[in-house]
Amino acid sequence: MSLAVTSTPLARRFEALPIAIFLVLALAPLAASFGAETYLLGLFTRVMIYGIAALALDFICGYGGLVSFGHAAFVGIGAYTAGIFGAHGITDMAITLPVALLVSALFAWLTGTVCLRTKSVYFIMITLAFGQMIYFVAGSLSPYGGDDGLTLKLRSTLFGFPILQYDRALYYAVLAFLLVSYLLLRGIVASRFGRVFRGARDNPTRMATIGYDVFRYQRIAYVIAGSLGGLSGFLLANATEFVSPSFMSWQRSGELIIMVLFGGIGTLHGAIVGAAAFLVLEDMLGGITENWKLIFGPMLVLIVLFARGGLLGLAQSVWERLRRG
Amino acid sequence: MSVTLLIVQTLNGLQFGVLLFLIAAGLTLVFGVMDFINLAHGVQYMLGAYLAVMFYALTGNFLIALIAALAAALLLGLLLEFTVFRHLYDRDHLEQVIATFGIILFLNQGVKVVWGAAPLSLPIPDMFAGTIVLSPGILYPVWRLMIIGSGLAVALILYLLVSRTRVGMLVRAGATHARIVSALGVDIRRLFMIVFGFGTMLAAFAGVMIAPILSVEPGMGDSVLILAFVVIVIGGIGSMRGAFIAALLIGLVDTLGRSFAIDILRLVMPPSPARTVGPAIASMLIYVLMALVLYFRPAGLFPAKGR
Repeated sequence: MSLAVTSTPLARRFEALPIAIFLVLALAPLAASFGAETYLLGLFTRVMIYGIAALALDFICGYGGLVSFGHAAFVGIGAYTAGIFGAHGITDMAITLPVALLVSALFAWLTGTVCLRTKSVYFIMITLAFGQMIYFVAGSLSPYGGDDGLTLKLRSTLFGFPILQYDRALYYAVLAFLLVSYLLLRGIVASRFGRVFRGARDNPTRMATIGYDVFRYQRIAYVIAGSLGGLSGFLLANATEFVSPSFMSWQRSGELIIMVLFGGIGTLHGAIVGAAAFLVLEDMLGGITENWKLIFGPMLVLIVLFARGGLLGLAQSVWERLRRG
Repeated sequence: MSVTLLIVQTLNGLQFGVLLFLIAAGLTLVFGVMDFINLAHGVQYMLGAYLAVMFYALTGNFLIALIAALAAALLLGLLLEFTVFRHLYDRDHLEQVIATFGIILFLNQGVKVVWGAAPLSLPIPDMFAGTIVLSPGILYPVWRLMIIGSGLAVALILYLLVSRTRVGMLVRAGATHARIVSALGVDIRRLFMIVFGFGTMLAAFAGVMIAPILSVEPGMGDSVLILAFVVIVIGGIGSMRGAFIAALLIGLVDTLGRSFAIDILRLVMPPSPARTVGPAIASMLIYVLMALVLYFRPAGLFPAKGR
């Protein structure tokens, strides 16, 4: 099983890209104020929120070879933490955000203990099954709306101040969280921990022989990815002011994988591009016909068959061909 | 909790388990032989049900509808194999997941466009309509017994095919040593196609059989697909025997859990929280079971040898 390799020379050439991505995101609200502001602001907020979850998935998938098909579960847990606290009148981020991160980390730790004992296709299916489990549990929470979900009366506050009340404030808060997540994961990937984690992807037996407890490293990485998923869910609940079990349906997990694949697996910043490509495409195709999945489904097949390395990979090879003339 | 209810629910669990086996059998065969994760297996079950409804509307005869639906499902399955799946066998699992996910999106939506989003239904054939008296006071629908019976028959046929025939031998060999089988001069592509076609027909058969007691609607294959995954993971991927036992286990645990969770919880807690917690626990039960099995046996109950 050969997942994408992180070849440094190419990555360095594309170093300008992450900076460009964050610049665009930082300036987008200004540009949006000339056009359909609420629409664009909402779309980009969603892009960044899913970007956080996709980043986390790219981290374990691309650098650790752990293809999780249940990542939406963490998004759901984060969202439900905000929702359930909100239903009891507690909206302060100083309480709810740490709890959201902690609960999703705990879920990652527990399920990771089981999942990570298995390999390759077993891992895919088990993460999928745990995702379904939490989905059904959310659906049976009748005090909190069951299958219908629940509405947030108020966005999160910080020490009593409604700092996320305005869409633009929410936008920049999400951008800050995205930047922090990106820098954190980049740091981890480059660190000694990250090298062990990548080594475990390429040759777990060898890493174990050298003396590393591969399972422990992978579980820590899984917990980190899980908490970032929770962060994404927490922000999503604030952006949509609504929480429902559909946030963690297995299709959502599939969409997160698609985002990672779109951007090119194992690049981190690619995950943000992938999230943007997926959501914008969904919006555009949805605008053409309500049966947009008839177009999108075959598109996925074609991308898998013909565009390995995702959109960035495609752009890169086109760029190289042009340079060579 | 009465004995009558227990017997009826056990039968229901058995029926559900048999249905899961029909779906999981194809999935585990395809994975075992070709190392290919086919998420689209669930939509093939759905297509079976839809095709049966369509052919029944045309002919008015259940048996003809069944045969025609199986044939049409086989053709569609082979078409998919030929155009898409064939090119995915030597890709990594992630790519297989995404491509087959795309096919799910396409077919679920396609079914909606062709037959509408509203649920359809298929009548139970007259011969098997009604209920049967199992013992005084216990009535049970004949059709559900039919599902159990035909499922067990299929399991037996599969067992004989795999263990007693030449193709079965190649399938067993292919599951563990695909390269050697191919080196010995067996056309492995053709073997793949046979296995794939067979799996498709099993899924479609499950869809046709369940259509009279379930509403036929877009997306009906998705939840079943995930349960079938749970089944083959518990049973050990590639193992037919494992799939059979795990399917019955999951069917029984899920059905009995859902019908008795509240009653059992009421023994240890007051009725009102029991009614809230019960359904949540019942829906978690099979996943907890899966977690336990995998914690102690990471390759499932009956790991296929050689992988």
